[in-house]
Amino acid sequence: MNFDLSDDQVALRDAIRRRCEDRFDSTRVRAGFDADAFAELADAGVFSLRADGFAWADVSLVFQELGRALVPGPLVWSHLAHGLVDGIVGGLERPATGQPILLEHLDALDTLVVVDDDGIVAVPADALRGATPLDWPLDPLTPLHRVDTVPAGTRVGDAATARGWRDAGRVLVAAFQAGMAQACADRATAYALAREQFNRPIGSFQAVKHLLADLAVRAEVARAAVDAAACHLDDPDVGDVDRAVRTAKCLAGEAALANAKGSLQVHGGIGFTWDVDVHLYLKRAWLLNTTFGSPDEHAEVLAS
Amino acid sequence: MDLRLSESDEAFRAGLRDWLARTLPALPEAPTRDDWPARVRFDTDWQRRLFDAGYAGLSWPTAYGGQDAAPSEQLLFLEETTRAEAPYVGVNFVGTLHAGPTLIAEGDEDQKAAHLPRILRGEEVWCQCFSEPEAGSDLAGLRTRAVRDGDHYVVTGQKIWCSFGHVGEYGELLVRTDPDAPKHRGISWLILPMDLPGIEVRPIETLLGSSEFCEVFLDEVRVPVANRVGAEHDGWRVTNVTLSFERGTAFVSEMVDARRLAEELRPHVTSTAERRELGHVLAALDALWALTIRNVSQASRGVAGPGALMFKLAYSEARDRLGELTMRVLGRGGFDVHDYRVEERLRTLSLPIAAGTSQVQRNIIGERLLGLPREQPWPAAPSGSPAR
Repeated sequence: MNFDLSDDQVALRDAIRRRCEDRFDSTRVRAGFDADAFAELADAGVFSLRADGFAWADVSLVFQELGRALVPGPLVWSHLAHGLVDGIVGGLERPATGQPILLEHLDALDTLVVVDDDGIVAVPADALRGATPLDWPLDPLTPLHRVDTVPAGTRVGDAATARGWRDAGRVLVAAFQAGMAQACADRATAYALAREQFNRPIGSFQAVKHLLADLAVRAEVARAAVDAAACHLDDPDVGDVDRAVRTAKCLAGEAALANAKGSLQVHGGIGFTWDVDVHLYLKRAWLLNTTFGSPDEHAEVLAS
Repeated sequence: MDLRLSESDEAFRAGLRDWLARTLPALPEAPTRDDWPARVRFDTDWQRRLFDAGYAGLSWPTAYGGQDAAPSEQLLFLEETTRAEAPYVGVNFVGTLHAGPTLIAEGDEDQKAAHLPRILRGEEVWCQCFSEPEAGSDLAGLRTRAVRDGDHYVVTGQKIWCSFGHVGEYGELLVRTDPDAPKHRGISWLILPMDLPGIEVRPIETLLGSSEFCEVFLDEVRVPVANRVGAEHDGWRVTNVTLSFERGTAFVSEMVDARRLAEELRPHVTSTAERRELGHVLAALDALWALTIRNVSQASRGVAGPGALMFKLAYSEARDRLGELTMRVLGRGGFDVHDYRVEERLRTLSLPIAAGTSQVQRNIIGERLLGLPREQPWPAAPSGSPAR
């Protein structure tokens, strides 16, 4: 039993972290997702990790780093679909009745996959060109199109494959959110060290320090849950996979949201501006909490 | 990174389960909460059984009768014994987990020989005399004076929150030997025989109505200088050496109990709101279990990860959430403290206070892990001005 990163995993994490710092700084992230970004991520191996022999625990580490950098795009879906559907793949879980059908990154997609309990279908993006764009989407880095119905498409996966995608999708989104939570904690801490009021860094005030401690703890606990869920995917015999996966999605979703808000508070007035990235983390946290199940939905299942 | 037990861990667990299955049915009936003489007999008898079976002093070196077990075995031992509802460490807590490790690290050979074998065999009960009425979170501000008089220290002062103070034969005693030195540098660590003249022990009735803690009054108590552990004035460092013996396992039994309590609530939740809250609590506890395993894994490799400093704070909060949900779910069925779920709600109110309050924990995390500066003193406000 060694539930800590191996030397190889530390190297993998550090490599992807450097890559994100080099290629996905705030300016690039704010430019949004496009075919160039996809090509660059594909070149880094982000979508082919499983095919290249990496474990889910490794993939989870990579997505934690992508989340830390807030890299935009249908990254989880393109990773899930790799080997089954070519090109840039976005996705959709069949939404509950009463909820609008919103497609993410439609203009950049080659194919949309739709997952439900019966399986997976693929719809060419060209068949969705009549969709109505939202001109003011909540998350400015995740463009949305609204459709009334999704065309039938071609079946590409059965119910068992869909279940596997859901488990993996929950873990990868949770990993992304855990990375976001850590980024929010780190950025808030850095700001509190640099920002001075009353002739001293605001991070010296216990009222601020305690908030920052809570952010750091929340990120660390979420990360442990995410790593545990990934280990369950790799080795289902070690426990209850469904429980571990839902726990990760629940904890990481809450951590991403709470830490974005905590970071906003530490940043004060500047945190309320467009120029500082805090709002982008907060808006993505809301968005991702509607993807592969919300914390409350998973909590309810966990207690049933 | 994995969660799979090694073959030797599996073998350790199988042997332990087998031993527990044979041993637990033969135990005498557990005593009632307030029958302290019976509790001492019961707990020390359990310690003796652990010793005879080779499970005493798991984290202690073999040179001192311990097992020098891997941290993962320490974790499995606590997990399995708690799951099997075996007795807790009870009155052996201070001796086996705090005083013993301190003597191993800092005691001289006479002190080790006199106490370590007896602690391991359940023949010697220890208590802790650290906190004072004026020295709680600021423990290093303690005032109990020890004045050298030949081969003795003459100790006068007052201690509080002494765990097992009324049943301990020996106490871990922190005293001020140099009142003029900076507060962390004038403290010494003494072995206090609790039967010396001048010691008065008064139990404290906690909000549970029980008396795990005591006040200890010391009036010119003559403690031999030979009872000092470590160098004179070096007691602050001595108190901090024991932490490495925990190796991430300090809350394993607590965690197993908390998860059991949460699971037991499942059939009792009725509304969606309660079910969701229970789900959040279950998720939080599962995540903290993962963090426990991470902390133990890191301790095995000598890595001091951030989780070790974070655990108590996060656990205290999760446990409070569980306690409040328990009271909500039980409703008016929760007014009988004989119900262990209610007793646990009351007991766990101490978690965010004992051994470093949650506020102190946040300061430690902020300053040691995040590198934030300490709170700086304010200049005096101009007279007549209420605002800074």
